[in-house]
Amino acid sequence: MRVVEKTQLMSATEIDRTLQRVAHEIVERSGGTAHLALIGVRRRGVPLAQRIALAMRAIDGVDVPVGTLDITLYRDDLSMVAAQPVLQSSEIPFSVDGKDLILVDDVLYTGRTIRAAMNGLFDLGRPRRVRLCVLIDRGHRELPIEAAFIGRTVQTSDMEIIEVRLQEVDQEERVMLVERVP
Amino acid sequence: MLLIKGGRLVDPASGTDAPRDILIDGERIAAVETPGKIGKRNGDVQEFEAAGLIVAPGFIDMHCHLREPGGENSETIETGTRAAARGGFTAVCPMPNTRPVHDNASVTRSIFERAQNAQTRVWPIGAASIGSKGEALAEIAAMQKAGVVAVSDDGHPIATAKLLRQVMDYCRSLGMPVIDHCEDTSLAAGAAMREGPSSIRTGIRGMPAAAETIGVGRDIQIAELTGCHFHVAHLSARGSLEMVRAAKKKGLAVSCEVTPHHFTIIDEEVGYDTHRKMNPPLGSREDRAALIEGLADGTVDAIATDHAPHEPATKEVEFDRAPFGITGFETALGLALELVHAKKIGLARMVELFTTGPARVLGKQRKIAAGEPADLTVFSTEHPWTFRAAESASKSRNTPFDGREFRGGPMATIVAGRVVYRR
Amino acid sequence: MIHPETSAAELRIAPEEIVPFRFNDLLAIEPLHADEITFLLDQAKPFQEIQRHPLKKLATLRGKTVGIAFFEASTRTRISFTTAASRLGADAMQLQAEASSLQKGESLLDTVRTLDAMKPDCIVMRHSSSGAADFVARHLEIPVLNAGDGTHEHPTQALLDALTIRDRLGHLDGWNVTIIGDILHSRVARSNIHLLSRFGCRITLCGPPMWVPQELEHLSACGEPVRRVTRVEEALDGADIVIVLRVQQERLHEPKLPLDEYVMRYQLTPERLTLARPGALVLHPGPMIRGLEIDPAVADGPQSCVLEQVTNGLAVRMALLFLLIGHAGEDVSAAKESI
Repeated sequence: MRVVEKTQLMSATEIDRTLQRVAHEIVERSGGTAHLALIGVRRRGVPLAQRIALAMRAIDGVDVPVGTLDITLYRDDLSMVAAQPVLQSSEIPFSVDGKDLILVDDVLYTGRTIRAAMNGLFDLGRPRRVRLCVLIDRGHRELPIEAAFIGRTVQTSDMEIIEVRLQEVDQEERVMLVERVP
Repeated sequence: MLLIKGGRLVDPASGTDAPRDILIDGERIAAVETPGKIGKRNGDVQEFEAAGLIVAPGFIDMHCHLREPGGENSETIETGTRAAARGGFTAVCPMPNTRPVHDNASVTRSIFERAQNAQTRVWPIGAASIGSKGEALAEIAAMQKAGVVAVSDDGHPIATAKLLRQVMDYCRSLGMPVIDHCEDTSLAAGAAMREGPSSIRTGIRGMPAAAETIGVGRDIQIAELTGCHFHVAHLSARGSLEMVRAAKKKGLAVSCEVTPHHFTIIDEEVGYDTHRKMNPPLGSREDRAALIEGLADGTVDAIATDHAPHEPATKEVEFDRAPFGITGFETALGLALELVHAKKIGLARMVELFTTGPARVLGKQRKIAAGEPADLTVFSTEHPWTFRAAESASKSRNTPFDGREFRGGPMATIVAGRVVYRR
Repeated sequence: MIHPETSAAELRIAPEEIVPFRFNDLLAIEPLHADEITFLLDQAKPFQEIQRHPLKKLATLRGKTVGIAFFEASTRTRISFTTAASRLGADAMQLQAEASSLQKGESLLDTVRTLDAMKPDCIVMRHSSSGAADFVARHLEIPVLNAGDGTHEHPTQALLDALTIRDRLGHLDGWNVTIIGDILHSRVARSNIHLLSRFGCRITLCGPPMWVPQELEHLSACGEPVRRVTRVEEALDGADIVIVLRVQQERLHEPKLPLDEYVMRYQLTPERLTLARPGALVLHPGPMIRGLEIDPAVADGPQSCVLEQVTNGLAVRMALLFLLIGHAGEDVSAAKESI
């Protein structure tokens, strides 16, 4: 299977502006930042969460803790995946009990990743609230999961894939729409 | 009548290595002449074209297991000798560890009866002690009268020096050799491999080479004491060979045999393959080199296969639990020829190891001359062939040589004037 | 629908995030390279962490079955593997082989084939014959995990020992390791020698001479041969890590060693431990016989790692089960090619 690049959806500047906007929204709609915490879903949710936390510090002077979550062990599709993923550790250096958690991921698609992430979170304790923040919502949900904070909504077809490329992981910064070619 | 034409006769007894024609009449050799010189005879003469082939006296395998009576699932005298004939052997000496143990003349007679279906001559070896239990002497003289050619408690060493002395005293008076499976049982107990770096690596309990050498030492002393002919079965260690060499130098009637697997495979190649598990176990690289030297310089008298068939199910188990032994009739000559091709031993010497060597130990003759029994082994030193266990005439398949490609091997086997095998 | 060939790219699993090694079975440490061992230890880390969660049970291997076939008595290792399987959400199929049909004469192969016919996803096996796991792996398609075969190897023990060492000391490279006890009959010793020598550790073996034969010197994978020493004081001098083996009082075919002799000459006492480097680690594969091979003060002291070994054992075994059966089992290299 090959992929072919179709269009650029977001440039580096657009990503940055979007994250700033989202950070503001979270602060506005959280009724206080005292119990807020961000959890980035590996891999690309992690740098996104860190950047949002930085932005929130600039807005509010508040230090929102950031944790990282590896969902490999919580996936429901491992039996169907031919390539076996390497396990990474999750690092959540605070208790989730009673926290107002924001899960951060790059792309919301079928919703299965987020379901797995929630399973992982609830193994750790009992958060007060969990909301979802994504850079791109591309539709095609297979589960009843919605994001509270969305960078951009994009209509896509099944043959398409959205690639969020971030400096920390991909050494470049943009969002691409690519297509699977048989 | 059968005329074997154009072959190269290698006959150690007469020192001949030259082209010869051989005429066989009935069960005996009628004439041996330079090619074309055998005159017309009355009656039908079948011709056997032996150009490019070696014609040797009939090979003898002086150590094998035919399992009958009692172990017919893995082999019978008929199937075993058929495999032996395919290996070029004209006579085989089955060991007495059957069920019941071959320790009295009525078992001897029943063996000869079953051997009526045999493809080769059968010269049985009787037990030295009753049941091979190492306590009391077996009916050795009666067995000899019935046709036994030597005694042994093979499978075990003859249990005590005291018993060995009695057996050897007795056998000296009967003119029969005593063949011993030399082993110190306390060192060998529970072991499945040669002790060394390989056994350490695989975690299999090993027995040191000393387990065999101690047994050889004991037996040589008793042989010297009694004056009996003593033959070391399946010698595997350098130290044992050195003892035999020294004993021969001293003029003692000591002889020994080596199996093809011991001069071919070593302990490093065993792993957990139960088709490489035997007793004595495969030796080290140094042992193999010493054995080959002994084959060449005359310290070793015979190549004997220790053909030990086992049903596949019994070998398809964890290494520890597998029985000892592999089959060997059909691959012996091919493996010995590997040594000839590698220039480790000469061709005539190799033929000795299969013919006059074992014959001398057993008090028999092996030569090609008018009037001698027509037992001949015809083989090639060049014909390429592959040994396939599935095609073996033996009932058993426990061999490490399945699929091995050989250069040279048996082409025809003639026993008492009858062609029992032809490739 | 996720198609196996495309799912890696679909799910944004980059090539470097795919398991780089094929482990169909884990039978021994000897065939593994240092980087494969490092990878296995890294994969155990998330499972160490999970054991600190209030809720320790995952659904990752839900629907999978782990066949646990122990043909040799063992409580602790069996419990460790069973717990590892169930914490991953898998079911464990227990073969109580100590009282099984094996004693009725059924062959190992038949016993294992019967188990296999009930379709477990893998078999974890312990057996008293060296090479038994290799034998079974040759006859079954499903992965086989060796939990100890005769005196040959006990790979998960060496891995959990290595994880313990790495966590405490930061790395595995170049340590002075002393192993005390009946080395000849120890599969733990062999696996540890194979593993630690691959990281350049200098290994010293110490015990009664008939239990420390010369051939052990050849087991080292690094330049330096393994050292054999009969006096425990000499063996402990400069050691960074001390592994104490248990003494098996019943040995077939062996004359028994008087235990008082053993205690006098080889027991790891606090005094003897001071001969090692300060802060040297003390490991023991268990079960310990306090007062025999190890002084209770040492067993309970700050240098002893025995409890961490147990916790790490669980993490290592979870990681291995996940690695062996946590996916579809398609050819990893085929998946790589499709990306």
